[in-house]
Amino acid sequence: MKTARVAYKGNIHEAIEWYGKLQLDTGAIVSEDDVVWLPPIVPQTIFALGLNYADHAAELSFNAPKEPLVFLKGPNTLIGHNGETFRPADVTYMHYECELAVVIGQSGKNIQEKDAYNYVAGYTVANDYAIRDYLENYYRPNLRVKNRDTLTPIGPWFVSADEIKNPMNLTLRTYVNDSVVQEGTTKDMIFSIPKLIAYLSSFMTLNKNDIILTGTPKGSVDTKVGDTVLTEIEGIGRLKNTIISEPVYQ
Amino acid sequence: MKAMMRYNGQFFLQEVYVDSTKQLITRGEETTPIEQLVVHPPVSGTVYGTLLNYKGELEALGSAVCESPYQQPPKAPILYIKPVNTINYHQASIPMPKEEDTLQIGATLAVVIGKKASNVSKEEVQNYILGYTIANDVSIPHSSVYRPAIKEKAQDGFCPIGPWIVDRKELANPDDLDITIHINGELKQQQTTRNLIRPVAELIAEVTSFMTLFEGDTLLVGVPENPPLARNGDVVKITIAGIGSLENQFIITKQPVKENTI
Repeated sequence: MKTARVAYKGNIHEAIEWYGKLQLDTGAIVSEDDVVWLPPIVPQTIFALGLNYADHAAELSFNAPKEPLVFLKGPNTLIGHNGETFRPADVTYMHYECELAVVIGQSGKNIQEKDAYNYVAGYTVANDYAIRDYLENYYRPNLRVKNRDTLTPIGPWFVSADEIKNPMNLTLRTYVNDSVVQEGTTKDMIFSIPKLIAYLSSFMTLNKNDIILTGTPKGSVDTKVGDTVLTEIEGIGRLKNTIISEPVYQ
Repeated sequence: MKAMMRYNGQFFLQEVYVDSTKQLITRGEETTPIEQLVVHPPVSGTVYGTLLNYKGELEALGSAVCESPYQQPPKAPILYIKPVNTINYHQASIPMPKEEDTLQIGATLAVVIGKKASNVSKEEVQNYILGYTIANDVSIPHSSVYRPAIKEKAQDGFCPIGPWIVDRKELANPDDLDITIHINGELKQQQTTRNLIRPVAELIAEVTSFMTLFEGDTLLVGVPENPPLARNGDVVKITIAGIGSLENQFIITKQPVKENTI
């Protein structure tokens, strides 16, 4: 099952795909362009992984980590499909990160790797933008780099776990203005989905609607105001985002 | 003083009058000693913490801030998140992971946001504050602050907060509050928010220049240097002048149970 959360005529609806259109939970059929796409999940805790693909770690001149490099994000940073992300006026390097987002379906603590998929409700696509100009070496990457408003597009669809046979073998691709700039596969994650769930739940309770952004492969390129950035994961969705200037946003 | 709290199963914050010396809570005509109430956490939004916001904390790092891996002293506020699983409440136990002998007590002033705050100027910050409470930002001791300390700071129950939110108008100056920590009745730390690198208004102005704080979000302004350590069984009381006291016991548990989280 693929579901979206959309705003339509002043109300929030769950929607499913209907022959290239959307069917709202009211039964109404509407065009995709007539709705505002919201993040498909109202998140609880949002986890994100740094350096979880060896090629991306090497690209940033880091060794692959021995323990997952995890940071957290607040709900302020999420925006939906077809949204606009602003690029602060003073920055020189802002890059996208196409990531498989894992949505937790039920609470659990000390979850074993072999049971981990029982705790997964489904998946979506996230674009975990980073602004490298703001990196500092304290709790790196810090919230000023990663938790800015509009900096984490997510969606368009929540895809339930039963639809994805093997989430550890999906192609990820990012296009900037229709050119492919990033390509990889979830096969290359250093810490797999079951390992991440086992790791996190070894010291904290995971809850329903927690989201784990599992990291990004190699291929970071600076994105400019006006660029259209499309992050795509095989079988899950194509998430579109446009970069706007700070004055336009404010 | 005027305060807000949740207790005895209430879902919404209730306006109360608090006598923090006598530990009495008055609502309407009824006055009750706090120990007769089941107190819930008074906050519901995202809880953000601030690293290295005490002068002594930064001084303790010394010249290390100019060496690898830090390379240079911090420029902007360094924030982290205490996620929802960490939120704990007055008089509840703090679960100690069984492999840890000691946990750090992080006594911090907690500022609760009253309305959506984005790009707020220092002068206007007051209008965006609902009030102030106390948090114990518990950590597993860790010397490096290079990578986010999720395992060290985000364990279940690692953020007791409360017992109430004091109305902002009751505190003349949040940047001049004495803070003490008592362990089993013995004074272990004396500090003051006068030692903050970024006082409350400046901190909130800088934070909201790069991210929105929503109504109900909480910003912990920082944990002072040399945080005392707690062991299994210790009863820890954090007192902030003008607000009150937050008391919890550290207890080793195999599987923490949270029975009071509405």
